[in-house]
Parts: sequence; C-alpha cells; structure tokens
Amino acid sequence: MSLQISSVQRGPAVVGILIALFLLTFLVVPVGQVIVVAFQDPSTGEATIINFVDFFRNSLFRESFFNSFYVASMSVVIASIISMPLAYFTTRFNFGGTALIQTLGIIPLIMPPFVGAVAMQLLFGSNGSVNLLLDEYFGFTIPFMEGLNGVIFVESIHYFPFILINLSAALSNIDRSMEESAQNLGANGLRLFRRIVFPLAMPGYVAGAALVFIKVFDDLGTPLLLNVNTMLAPQAYLRVSSIGISDPMGYVISVILVGFSLLSLWVSLRALKGKDYATVQKGGGGLMKRDLRSWEKVGCYAVVVLILMLVLSPHFGLLLLSFGTIWSYAVLPDAFTISHYITVFSTATQYITNTLLYAGLAALFDVILATAIAYVVWRTDLVGRKWLDYGATAALAVPGVVIGIGYLRTFHSVDVPLIDQPLASWWVIIVIAMTIRRLPYALRSCVAAIQQVSVMLEEAAENLGATKARTVWRIVIPLMSGGILAGFVTSFATAAVELSATIMLVAKETDAPLAYGIYEFMQSAAGRGPGAALGVIAVLFVGIGTYASHLIIERSNKARESTSIVAEET
Amino acid sequence: MKKFMTFGAVAALAMSIVSTTAMAAEGTLTIVTSFPKDLTAVFKTAFENKNPGLTVEVLNKKTSAGIKYLQETAGSNTSDLFWASAPDAFEVLKGDSLLAKYTPMAKGIPDKVGAFPINDPDGYYMGFAASGYGIMWNTRYTKAKKLPVAKNWADLKDPVYHGHVGMSAPSRSGTTHLTVETVIQGLGWDAGWAEWKEIAGNFKTVTERSFGVPDGVNSGQFGYGIVIDFFGLSSMGSGFPVDFVYPEVTTLVPANIGIVKDAPNASAAGEFIEFLLSPEGQELLLDPKIRRLPVNPKTYAKAPAGFPNPFKDKSIGAAVKFDLDLSKNRYNVVNSLFDVMITYRMEDLTAATKAIQEADAAIKGKSNPAAAKLIAEARALVAKVPVDEATAGQADFNKIFKKKRKKATDKVEGRQAEIEQEWDTMVKANYAKAKELAEKAKSML
Repeated sequence: MSLQISSVQRGPAVVGILIALFLLTFLVVPVGQVIVVAFQDPSTGEATIINFVDFFRNSLFRESFFNSFYVASMSVVIASIISMPLAYFTTRFNFGGTALIQTLGIIPLIMPPFVGAVAMQLLFGSNGSVNLLLDEYFGFTIPFMEGLNGVIFVESIHYFPFILINLSAALSNIDRSMEESAQNLGANGLRLFRRIVFPLAMPGYVAGAALVFIKVFDDLGTPLLLNVNTMLAPQAYLRVSSIGISDPMGYVISVILVGFSLLSLWVSLRALKGKDYATVQKGGGGLMKRDLRSWEKVGCYAVVVLILMLVLSPHFGLLLLSFGTIWSYAVLPDAFTISHYITVFSTATQYITNTLLYAGLAALFDVILATAIAYVVWRTDLVGRKWLDYGATAALAVPGVVIGIGYLRTFHSVDVPLIDQPLASWWVIIVIAMTIRRLPYALRSCVAAIQQVSVMLEEAAENLGATKARTVWRIVIPLMSGGILAGFVTSFATAAVELSATIMLVAKETDAPLAYGIYEFMQSAAGRGPGAALGVIAVLFVGIGTYASHLIIERSNKARESTSIVAEET
Repeated sequence: MKKFMTFGAVAALAMSIVSTTAMAAEGTLTIVTSFPKDLTAVFKTAFENKNPGLTVEVLNKKTSAGIKYLQETAGSNTSDLFWASAPDAFEVLKGDSLLAKYTPMAKGIPDKVGAFPINDPDGYYMGFAASGYGIMWNTRYTKAKKLPVAKNWADLKDPVYHGHVGMSAPSRSGTTHLTVETVIQGLGWDAGWAEWKEIAGNFKTVTERSFGVPDGVNSGQFGYGIVIDFFGLSSMGSGFPVDFVYPEVTTLVPANIGIVKDAPNASAAGEFIEFLLSPEGQELLLDPKIRRLPVNPKTYAKAPAGFPNPFKDKSIGAAVKFDLDLSKNRYNVVNSLFDVMITYRMEDLTAATKAIQEADAAIKGKSNPAAAKLIAEARALVAKVPVDEATAGQADFNKIFKKKRKKATDKVEGRQAEIEQEWDTMVKANYAKAKELAEKAKSML
C-alpha cells in the first residue's frame, strides 16, 4: 500500500522538483545576487540586519509603508465595487454581449507604459479634458490625479480585472444544484447571493482580491505617473536606479515588499482554510441563467455601460492621442491624422511580432507551470509543496529592474550552446523574464480553479482504472479550463506591456518587444503620437485574443450544457 | 487558446528565421544610448549609407539603465559605444574603467563651449554637441492662467507661479544635476540652496525621468518646466505650443560619446565618432526634431534664423565659471540632499512655501515688525541646509554615498540611511515649524 502511494506520488514529485529548480535558477538566484546588498553592512560588507533596523527607524519609510498599505487596501475595496456587478450580471443572467463585456473588462489591465500615463493626464489631470470642461461650465475642478486618492483611483480602474476575471471564472464554476436547493428552501434575491452564491465563489474572489492587493502594494508605474514618492515601491525604485549612488535601502525595501506580499498571500490562504469549495457536479455549467425583465435589463445595462465608460476612458484617451496631431491644454486634439499609424507600420512592425511571440510563449509557459504547481500544492502531500506557491508568487513583489539586473549578472557569463552567445543577450531570456514576472497571475487563477474541483471526481476516475496521468489530463485539466484560460489571458495581456525588466535585457533592437518600442518613441516630443499608436495596437491585439478565448469558452459551455440537458432527459 | 498556440508557433518560426539572418550579418556596430529615436535614427541611416556592409545596432536605455547594463555585461562586452548626454554618466563609467581612450582626428572643434571643456581631458569621452538648461513654458497654459513669462531662475520664485512649475530630480538625470550645481556655485552654498527651495516651493511636481518635464509642459499638466534646451527646442519643432529661454545663469554642457572598453568593433566605433564630429555629422544636429547645439562653430552658418549660437552669443552659459572638480567632489551629497529636502518632502515644502507667500501678501503695505520677523524666521527655517559646504565637499563624507567599496578592506564611517534619516527629521520639523510661524504671522495682520 505504502509502496503504491509513493509510486503514485513519484510523477508529481518529479514535476515539483523541476519547477523548484526552474524557480531557483530564474528567480531566487538572480534576485538573490542583487538583493544580497540588503543584508550587507554598507561600510564593511559583513552580513548584518542593520539596514532593516535603519528602515524601521526612518520616518519617511514608515510613512511610505503606511501609505502603500492604505492605497492597496482601498484599491481592493473600489476594485470590488467595480467588478462585482460586471461579474454577477454577465454570469447570472442571459445577457447579450457577455463575451464583449468580459473582453472590454480586461482591457484596463493593458495599460501601455508611458503613453497610458500621458493619456490619463490629458483626460483626468488637473488641466485635462474633464477638468477643463468642469472649470469652464461649473467653475470648479476635481483632483482625480492628485496624491494618494489619485493613486487609488488609477490603481482601481487599472487592476480591477483581476477580480473580474477570477470571480467570473469562479461564478461560472458553481454547481447549479446548490442554488436550486437553496431556492427550494426559500432563499432568493440578495439572500441567495450573500449566503450561497458569493461564498461558493469565494476562492475566485479571494484570488482576485489578493492579486489586486499585492499588485497595488508593489506597483511602481502609477505612483511614478502621479509623482507620489512617499510609497514603498517608488522609494525602492528611485534608490535602485539613481545614477552613481547605490543605496542599499532600495534593496532593503525590495526584500520588505517581497516579505509583505508573501504575508498577505498567506493571510488570504488562511481566510479560505477549513472550508471546502469544491462541488461535484460539473455538467450544469455554472449558475442557472435567468432572463431579465425589460426594466431590469435597462438598469443592468446602464450600470454596465457606466462602469465600462469609466474604466475604458484611459484607452479612449489613448485612441485620441494616437490619431491627434497636437494635444496640449485642450479638451481635444487640435486636429486628427493617421500619420502616426503610418510611421508605426513603416518602422515598428517587428516590435509587434516580437511581442506576440514573447507574450504568447510566456503566457503558455505560465499556465503550464501554474497548473502543475496548483496540482502539486493541492493534490499531493509532498513536503514543502506550499513553497512552490509562495516562491512563484514572490515574483510579484520583485521590481522588474531587480530581475533585469539579476539576469544580466547571473546569465551574461553563461553561453548558450549552438548559437554561441550569452544567455543574457538571447531573446529567450526576455520570454523567461516575462514568464517569471507574470507567473503569479496565472497561478492564482489556477489555484482558485483547482479548489473548486472536487477530488471525488478524480477518485472516481481512478476507481474506474484511469492512471494518474490520464486522470489529470482527462478530468482535472478540463474541469480547470476556465481558470487556466483566465490565467493565460491575464498573463498574456500584462506580459505584452511589460517594460521594466525587458528594457534591461534587450540586447538587439531586432529582438525588442513593443513596450521597448513605445519607450523609444516616448523619449521625444515628436514620438508621442506614434507611441500612442503602438499602444493602441497592443491593446487591440490583446483584446482580439481575449475576445476569441471568451467565445471559445462560451461555445464549449453551451455544448456542455446541451449534452447535459440531453442526459437529463433520457 | 488553440488559436494563440498556432499563431505563436507560426510567429516562432518567423522569428527564428529573422534572428538567424540578423546574426549572420557581419560588421555590426552596437551603440548603447539614452538618446531618442529621432536623433539616433538620423545618424544610423547616414552612417550606414556611408559604410555599406555595416549595420548599426542601437540599444536605447535610460542613462542609469545603460550604465548598469555596461557594468553588468563588462565580463564579455558586446557594446561598442556609449552615447549619452550627461558627462557624469561617463565619469561613472570611466571610474569603473569601462571606457577606452580615443583621440579624435576631426578638425575645427574648440577646446571649450561656454566654460566647459568639450572633451574629457583624459581622453576617454568626447563632446559632440552642447546643451544648456533653460525654462520652457506652454503658451496656451500661461495665456489661460494669465501668467507672466519667466526669464530667469529667480523669476520662478514669484508666488504667481505657485503650483505651476515642474522639474526632474538631479539624482535621476545627470543634466539636471548640473543645473542644480550651477545655481549653487553661482550664488554660494547656502544662498544657492535657499534659491532652489524657494523655486521648488512653487513646484507642481518633481518628475521621475528628465523627459517627464517637457512631456508635462507639452500636455499642459504644468505651465513651466526647467529643462535642457533640446527638449524645449524639439518640442517647438514638433509643433507644440511651447516656448523656451536660456536664463542668464546657465551652464553649457557637452553631450558625449565614448568607446566601451574591449569593444568588439572598435575601428567602426572610432569611425562613427569621426563621422559625428565631421561637418556633415554636425549639420545633422540642426534637424528640427533633434535641435542640439553643434560643437563645430562653422556649422552655425547653416542654422535656421533664431537658432542660439553659444560661440557667438557669449551671454549663453558664460555667467558662471563652472568648477568641475568642486561639482565632482560633492556629486552624491548634492543629489541626496535634493531628494531628502525637495523630492521626498515636496508636500511639506510646498505647504510651508504657500503659508509664507500668503503671509507675505498679507503684510504688503503694512508695518508690523513682529509679523515681519516671524516671516523672516520661517523663510530661514525653510532655507536651512543640514550640512555645510565644507562637510559636503569632504571626500570621506561623500564615500558614504558611493556605489561600492573598491576593496573588501575599505571601511566607511556612517551609513547613508542613517544620515538621510537625520536630515529628514530636521527638514520635516523645519518645514512644519516654518508653516506654523508663517500662519501665526498672517493671523497677526
């Protein structure tokens, strides 16, 4: 018996060790090489924790820590308010354009670097379109983009898709019979949602909320865009990237960011502990969808359209920027042109193909790794399995520039056989950096998905004689498909606009991805239009990909639904 | 998902073809640069046309990322040239012995532009264009808000500009550092810092990268920006409603190029430098999207009307005799001080400044010695610098901020975090106290 168990565990154990090696090589070692400075006495080089003592003694850092915590918590609240109606309406009711809404809902995640910031400022800045209009007609302005509240505003509309995607995936995974039983017992409306539907979708919500919290806590782009310096991530970045000075505090903050992210992940896992979210029946294809009365429909559409208008406004600004000639201190650009697109298509098409290749590969690796990690963590009792989850998630908190420097330091002396050039300057290293940086997104989705799959289904398959591998392939993965797809989409979308690590690693212009192209354009006044055009193209490609995958899900759900109805009838 | 995978596979195939052909090409010149594509593309095309069979590979990285890249890849270097604005970035590389010496053969280039030597006296890097700092403003913005034109740094201290000015931090941008240092050298340590804090009290923002300033002015996010000339000139050239002026106190600094040590294609690197310094290369700098000041005085004959000429117009960059050694000695301390006093405490500083400006406005035309004394005290508190000039210039003190110890046996007293904490405590308390005093003064009027 015991021999049998170990032979059953052998496969997962090998997979687990391989993943651990991968994480060790491409995350722990390179990052460790950089942040070791945090544990060195700056004057003698001896091992010490004095730098951490300095951190907690410093009032600026304590203030930054508090600000980051406040912003991250508030962003989770606002992001939940934005995403819940979208997720609930589209999964609960027969609603025209569900795939479209779900697709538009992910677009905010793809905020191309630099141009996205310019577009936001032109719309919501203190002299942006909205405030210019308000000032002209009502004589007041609203500081959307000022201070910590500005950061919360931008972060929420940027990262709420994490909750939307994971919550939607979880909602459509709920067993319909649970809902029916509750209804038979007399529950309906809000009570049904509060007591049955939402609790069952909890793993998805927590996965999304944890991502939002950690991501906002570690996010660099938004505070820098709003020039809020008293938060942790910008403090780390500013200290790591200044010329000539290299302050160990930058690395100390990185270590603290990693530590705190892991702590919040652990808390979120605790919150789900001791409860079982798995449901056995999968044939029903999620919640019962009901038709809306016409006035209800109007109300729902109004809410959805309002939310989408708010969250997509930055992209609308981006679109204007890409077609505009000069846009300066005005509600709209002075005139419109397509010349920026011509510039992009005549000089920058390789950036687009490179990005599709890199982000596609990275997202593919991510879902493979994430599915494997989720399986090892939740379906085996291997020693230290949780550390795979923690390790992979830690990547979320490591600033991209640290990964970039770490890769150069570790892999520049490693030559790739056959092509005879350093690994650090081979394009594959960019894919690996993206894979590592976006793995946490795919991982949370896959973990949430596997929590909703009942182990009984696998036991049944094995009792019927299926091997472990066959069970995983034919039962577990198909049942997790919604979560896997959600993971693929988030990883792909966010990898497509990754900049901070890739900019360190690009060794040849022909290998450069799109974000680098945008950066290059955005170095000069004349490059703003073409940069925005490139950004719009990135958004379009990711949008089309997402839409296609939603159509695929919808179709397969429908197919499943009809077969199950046939089964019920016979 | 299937769609993605097939597409990915096709793209992978396409890519592998692309990368093998790119590798097969011989005679590649790899340039690491912080310059925008508008500049690099012009020189790349021109140089490739002159040298058929040679490919110029341009790697665009922020100055700080470029330095890190060269430092980390030094073991098996693949880059030929480093091409960027700030002389101090080259000083860092030179200090790490990552540059190779080169003596250009090009004729007709003077020793100095303004008060600054064009080439590194040790021969590790050479200037190919000059730039100076100035003030740029958005004309629509100033018209809408009815703001006067600011022609000198001191003008920006005026309360009318409160919340309308933007600048980058010297620790992020080497050229900004030179502007900060120029004003400090011009006015003296204490008065110079006081001047900066009064200007900074009117800041809307301190941007993270130097291009953030022209970007903000172009969008109308803030009205005035303290920027390097080509940002202003090229924004005008691209059609934005902006204008630019050199203040009386400014330093012209050369933008530089240097050959990386152990460059794989050192001969092509030398030729590129010669091309850059040739009359033909110098003329390319006048392109409306580039607009940098050539270092060859003859090239100005071909410049458009109104183009500044530092070799003729001696008022540009001549007011201060810039002491390069002094600047070098306290480089890190000045950067760190600016961050602690201004960048990280922006809100406290602007609040204190606002209170002082309001008290000033209230006292105008009245005689109230007690209140006037309070305002003067508040002003002095804001201006206070935590270290004196002598300490700031000490080699030992600067070592605390240095990148790394050269040898394992090197020992430095004190830690940067420790010192910055002391400064921060003092600065924050001073700003709060100044605000309180100014508010008290105002209540007395």
